Amino acid sequence: MAGNKTCEPFWWALFSAGGVVAAFLVPIHIVLVGFAVPLGWISDTGVLYQHWWVKAYLFVLISLPLYHWAHRFYFALNDMGLKPIRKPLAVFCYGGAVVGTFATIWILLRV
Amino acid sequence: MISPGPDKSKLYYPTMPATWWLRRRSYFLFMVRELSSVFIAIFLIVFLVQIYQLSEGQQSYTAFIQKLGSPGWITFHVVALFFAIYHTLTWFQSSSVVLQIKIGRQEIPRPVVMGIHIGAWIVASAVILVLFILLRS
Repeated sequence: MAGNKTCEPFWWALFSAGGVVAAFLVPIHIVLVGFAVPLGWISDTGVLYQHWWVKAYLFVLISLPLYHWAHRFYFALNDMGLKPIRKPLAVFCYGGAVVGTFATIWILLRV
Repeated sequence: MISPGPDKSKLYYPTMPATWWLRRRSYFLFMVRELSSVFIAIFLIVFLVQIYQLSEGQQSYTAFIQKLGSPGWITFHVVALFFAIYHTLTWFQSSSVVLQIKIGRQEIPRPVVMGIHIGAWIVASAVILVLFILLRS
């Protein structure tokens, strides 16, 4: 069985961690970013995002759920009949999450 | 040792129509749960773009926030919030099945584990809200 080892546990761990982060933290951020700030309930100048520890938090908040998306979207599309193109699909999903992770680091270091 | 393995042409590969998940309510809800991740991911990208605007200057940051106040974006966030909460509740549901917490020999019932999760979620959301209000300026 040694030849059958896959990297799935690695992606699954990221999927699972991303699922926890998304479940506990994402809804309140949708309320803040989607409603509270644009509708003027709470003002926001963005100063908050310049603290290093807020950046560390945002890195976890944004990057991990991307792996959660990658895993779920990949298998959902497989189940919807896209199995024949599963290789490019895997590159798109998991690769997208990796690109998103680096983009997050880059943007957080810029602000 | 090389084993020849079964003759691949004789294996049975079940085929499923691409729309199998529309057949039953439970299948449909499963797919809604899986696709909730798409809306969560889009939201996080939007949030990331908003943070990116900061590096372009205060003016583009304010302009972006104003854009998010348009009916189209508000509608998107209503839908995204619905899917995000659906993810939260289904995630807690499966966690309460997977996590079997015991006190002594007594196993904590699933609804209690679910309740603890929801309580922790509300507390975490409240803490984020308070920190956001205190630290935003």
